[in-house]
Amino acid sequence: MILTIARHELRRLFLSPLAWIILAVVEFILAWMFLQHVEGFIAIQSQLLGMNGEYGVTEVVATPLFGNAAIVLLLVVPVISMRLVTEERRNKTLPLLFSAPLSMTEIVLGKYLGLYTFLLIQLLLIALMPLSLLVGGGLDFGLLASGLLGLALLLGGFAAVGLFMSTLTQHQTVAAVSTFGMLLFFWLLDWARTGVGGGVLPYLSLLNHTEPFLKGLFDTRDVVYHLLFIATFLALSVRRLDMDRLGG
Amino acid sequence: MNHGTLLQVEGLSRFYGPLQAVKDISFAVQQGEVLGFLGPNGAGKTTTMQMLTGNLAPSQGRITVAGHDLLEDPRAAKAAIGYLPEQPPVYRDLTVDEYLDYCAALNRIARSQRRAARDAAKEKCGLSEVGRRLIGNLSKGYQQRVGIAQAIIHLPPVIILDEPTAGLDPIQIREIRHLVRELGKEHSVILSTHILTEVQTVCNHVQIINKGELVLNVSSDELAQRMQSSVLTLRFRNTPDLAAIARLTGVMNVESADGGGLRVYHEPSTDPTEALVKLSVEQNWGLAALIPQRATLEDIFLELTRDETAHIGAAA
Repeated sequence: MILTIARHELRRLFLSPLAWIILAVVEFILAWMFLQHVEGFIAIQSQLLGMNGEYGVTEVVATPLFGNAAIVLLLVVPVISMRLVTEERRNKTLPLLFSAPLSMTEIVLGKYLGLYTFLLIQLLLIALMPLSLLVGGGLDFGLLASGLLGLALLLGGFAAVGLFMSTLTQHQTVAAVSTFGMLLFFWLLDWARTGVGGGVLPYLSLLNHTEPFLKGLFDTRDVVYHLLFIATFLALSVRRLDMDRLGG
Repeated sequence: MNHGTLLQVEGLSRFYGPLQAVKDISFAVQQGEVLGFLGPNGAGKTTTMQMLTGNLAPSQGRITVAGHDLLEDPRAAKAAIGYLPEQPPVYRDLTVDEYLDYCAALNRIARSQRRAARDAAKEKCGLSEVGRRLIGNLSKGYQQRVGIAQAIIHLPPVIILDEPTAGLDPIQIREIRHLVRELGKEHSVILSTHILTEVQTVCNHVQIINKGELVLNVSSDELAQRMQSSVLTLRFRNTPDLAAIARLTGVMNVESADGGGLRVYHEPSTDPTEALVKLSVEQNWGLAALIPQRATLEDIFLELTRDETAHIGAAA
């Protein structure tokens, strides 16, 4: 049942030009960055040879590319997530889901999974770029996998926040802006220095739990952080939709 | 037809903040019944329907659908309900077929049976020709039909339609009414409307709701009886003796109408026409006109919705 809703969401995403445009634009921007990283790698290639292979093409090209992708996606996810529930609320199609024999959790998970699948497709397209380097040489697959896993978890969090924000309002732009604000805030929590919450806030930062993955450091604590982050916002979404029935 | 109770509502209330939109409503719908739910705008029709379909949680009360409590066992109860909200919940960027397939899946129709379910629903709603068209490009009337098709695709025992004919042209309205009558043969249908003729032509049970209270709950036969009452409009050339008319058996009230006539209210069982004519001849009042008037549903509706204390038939 969750899969039915997810498939429906994904299909409707691709019915609108928005999804295609986003895939294309993100791919284009990241391809540009990718080329710059490759050029940089070629320039310093001879120096790297002298460093006993401590640094390879994966470190110099893939890791910074994934870092860039995280920022670009932070800008883009709000635009794609904003219509998830707001549009249904606007067009008054929510009663279709509410009066079908479904639980609220199934509705939320279905919508979430639909969006997440789209983001994974985007991630796959991004991953193809470093993989194309296989034509000319070898890659550090461990590092690559860890970076992709980090991005996948990060996108999971982005999608959960986006979904929650779109349950709050009828206006897509409001949902987009608040998602963006929320994501950026979690990203920048890292900036908190000493003083109020100096210790706790950076620990809650998305950035601090994603960077290790990009550097090839797999830590279950970071995985758990992301999973909790996702679960929290999904639970809030379920609560918020339930409020539609209770409040009003 | 088997007369099992499919929908049972007990003491249903709903508050919006301090405002009580629905006040302690109780009723039951039998199998094969088409229930017309009448009321002026803002009377609580939509709120009640939203509660019946699980879109709104009731503040108090119980709803039982086909033996399943809507609050305790929502999944089973909702499976027995098809709902068309005021605005059909359609996705404009899907084709009719895609949309109905999705609705079939949402209602847990097995994959192998979806096609048959979709085709049957399309057939009933006259959508066979437009299966491959985008819903957004269809006219309002067709979108409404898609909405109804969505509500009946899983053949629910109870179908709830919120103003199914609102905003349609007369031909479409006739078609939809015909469809509702057809549906009423196999399902129970609850239909809300503020168009009175619709209730007379389609429904076999009528409820009137006003300011959140159920003020009338009768079968259409009882309603027809009630409408047989009971007003005569009279006009005389000379001034009649009102007291003498009021003394006639069966006369309940006499009042003067516009244009110098008289209006005589009498009990439906005893018709004082003959006595009145006789009296008029004896007294030489010069009877010029005698028009028996049938009360229309509109009269009953106006009477009930205007008079706040009216509770006639609420317990019926």
